[in-house]
Amino acid sequence: MVAESWYVALSAVLFSIGVVGVVVRRNPLVMFMSIELMLNAANLAFVAFGRRAGNADGQIAVFFVMAVAAAEVAVGLAIIVTVFRLRRRLSVDDLSLMRW
Amino acid sequence: MAHAAFLVIAALAVASALGLVWRRNAIHGALFLVVNLGSVAALYLTLGAEFLAAVQVIVYAGAIMVLFVFAIMVLIPGKEETGLDPRRGWRLLALPVGALLALQLLLVVRAGVGPVAPAAAVPGGVEAVARLLFTRYLLPFELTSVLLLAAMVGVLLLARRRV
Repeated sequence: MVAESWYVALSAVLFSIGVVGVVVRRNPLVMFMSIELMLNAANLAFVAFGRRAGNADGQIAVFFVMAVAAAEVAVGLAIIVTVFRLRRRLSVDDLSLMRW
Repeated sequence: MAHAAFLVIAALAVASALGLVWRRNAIHGALFLVVNLGSVAALYLTLGAEFLAAVQVIVYAGAIMVLFVFAIMVLIPGKEETGLDPRRGWRLLALPVGALLALQLLLVVRAGVGPVAPAAAVPGGVEAVARLLFTRYLLPFELTSVLLLAAMVGVLLLARRRV
């Protein structure tokens, strides 16, 4: 049986890759996918800690994170499509219309 | 055996995550993300969370990624990142900072999650999850449906043609 610390370490690595992806990429869709990557890393840590604690509460947390992620993806992609329709460009560098 | 399987799946997950960040083409990134989600589902299986593995494949790799691929198709990507990057130096600064973040997190894991013998047998499987979901977490579970409804209404509002 693989120790939980290995899973949490893998989760940390995946999370860091997601952070780098959000900062490095200019395409909002890829940034969004990097955010999904970070959510997944956190989910993995939840499940690992849940097994360590010996109950299924961690899995419940992951279930809720998945539901929130589904809602977030739907709304976020709708926002990206709407912004693209308005601006005809898809780079986060010239997206300042939601800033005041 | 279990260690070998974990190492193979973990290498697959890290490689596909790097591919998502590295490749310029967004559709390649989406396919890499599908691989990553699948390998995380396999890791859920090795952790004894069969229900979550199934949900991961159905909801994430199925529904959410289809949504992403549709958005990529609609938005005609591939043109947006080809121009000269005016902030290239700042962006490349993210690589050492990200490496530092990973190092810090790994040190925290090393310090905090020692090799302690696991507790009693894990109540994994669908039954334990369902029992918790419909007793202690019943109210959050119901609120989730309200959240999904709100998201649906919001998306309809956003995607409407401008009048």
